[in-house]
Amino acid sequence: MIKEKYYISGFCSIKEKKVFKNGNQLYVDSESDNLKDFAKGIYKYLELKYPKFHKMDELCKLGFLASEVLIKDMKEVDQDTALVLSNKSSSLDTDRKHQESIQDREDFYPSPAVFVYTLPNIIMGEISIKNKLKSENAFFVTESFDAEFVSRYSEILINTGKASNVICGWVDLDNDKYDVFLAFLSKKGKIELTKEELNNLYNQ
Amino acid sequence: MKKVYLVADNIISPIGFSTEENIENLRLNQTGIKKVDDDYIWSEPFFGAVVNNDKLSKAWESISSDLGYTKLEKMMLLSVSKMIVENPSLDIVKCGIVVSTTKGNINNLKGGLDKKAYLSSISETIQNYFKLDHTPIVLSNACISGGLALAVGKRMIQSELFEDVVVIGGDLLSEFTLSGFFSFQAVSNEPCKPFCKNRTGISLGEAAASAWLSSKKDTTKKEIIEITGDASANDANHISGPSRTGEGLYISIAKALKEAGLDSTQVDYITAHGTATPFNDEMEAIAFNRAGLQNVPLNSLKGYYGHTLGASALIESIVARHCLINNEVFTSLGFEELGVSQSINVITKNEKKELNRVLKTASGFGGCNVALIIEKVAS
Repeated sequence: MIKEKYYISGFCSIKEKKVFKNGNQLYVDSESDNLKDFAKGIYKYLELKYPKFHKMDELCKLGFLASEVLIKDMKEVDQDTALVLSNKSSSLDTDRKHQESIQDREDFYPSPAVFVYTLPNIIMGEISIKNKLKSENAFFVTESFDAEFVSRYSEILINTGKASNVICGWVDLDNDKYDVFLAFLSKKGKIELTKEELNNLYNQ
Repeated sequence: MKKVYLVADNIISPIGFSTEENIENLRLNQTGIKKVDDDYIWSEPFFGAVVNNDKLSKAWESISSDLGYTKLEKMMLLSVSKMIVENPSLDIVKCGIVVSTTKGNINNLKGGLDKKAYLSSISETIQNYFKLDHTPIVLSNACISGGLALAVGKRMIQSELFEDVVVIGGDLLSEFTLSGFFSFQAVSNEPCKPFCKNRTGISLGEAAASAWLSSKKDTTKKEIIEITGDASANDANHISGPSRTGEGLYISIAKALKEAGLDSTQVDYITAHGTATPFNDEMEAIAFNRAGLQNVPLNSLKGYYGHTLGASALIESIVARHCLINNEVFTSLGFEELGVSQSINVITKNEKKELNRVLKTASGFGGCNVALIIEKVAS
């Protein structure tokens, strides 16, 4: 099979109370002592006006904010831009909240607003709604960021015409520890897509 | 581009521990859904399809004496083991593996010891059990996981990552998911009735299944079945409700047909998602009409299996393979009278019928949809 060259045309990360875009620090918040406030701070910094944001669980907020940072300076995102996300902890952060609500039969209060977030692919649903992406989605769960699989799978999508571009990466949240990295893959750019390069950018 | 064949399979479900037993019970219109009275799952009796624990233990004893596995792990390992026994040429150690599950061992959250609640623990369990060269990749994409996992497997073969991929799907009927669907008021108080006027919601089920995808068609002695098209598309509309226009499903179907080089008149049978919630079934009817598929015979297997989440679309694709091989379709169990606003052709009795091309679809939370075209290869 003839393999075209693809590029990492943008990337961003959210870790340790900081937001980075293309390797540069964009936002830092040393004040907030919880994730909810940290996420709200990024939301304000980005000057977003999107009421749906406030209904999201913390995992979706992180993925959503990272996607906003990633595409911030783009005119528009092609509708065929696929989403290929992954993490280690699936939706366990919200799973634990749902479990707490059903743990005691005498005090039983499951809520649809919580339950709907007990699936990790909801992050991609939220990003798709905001950007009107009627595209390929896949959510993988791996022990750690698998740059090889994610880049190969993304290449397949573009190679086979199933996507024009791919937003791929890692959106993990577990017991208040978060680690978010997204990359925009396309046919144009300066950094050629290889598993090593993707892994380097993730580890930056 | 390499061709990808569906060459072997197994289903572990309430209606059988082999694909043959499952097909036989489908042919008898035997449902796995019954009134379940199990305080571990729910404080009151409810309708669902559960795998009998004693039967599973017995089957498990025939392959292992190690009791350190969860129910879901036993079901998945048993499913793959049976497929290996029936197919000596399957070298599982070298295969790419995709595991499809929505909630995995979510029951383990209950005790607070949640190491096994991490989905990657299932991957580890499977890798260790079969001593695999490659770590299985877990796909967790709501109710389309089983169908999307087949698409992912196909794509892995087409991009020459692997010659062979085994897709393993499974989910349990747990208090965790049941309580969630109850909170949505989406659980039926009788066995579910897909596409029927009298439908009131889903019945949940549990099952595991495995399928062997190969680039080599001579690995099967049976009739050759190929996955010729696959596509997935998001509705970009709502996270917990399907699109009113069936947008993502329509796009998925159109793209899958295009890849297979077919038009809608060439589809012989649709094995739909058909969860029996009011909104889902309505959305599907709209999407099928938009795609020009309103006259194609269609059923939902949820009346037999309940909704088995990460296993459902995989099981339904496996059944589709056997429907193609045997040239038959099964009645859409639970259906009485059409209950969607647009006309569709629901199958109301088992039928022997020449089948060449099947469309499998699924839709799920997060606005996701998938479509697969499964075809008989002309010999």
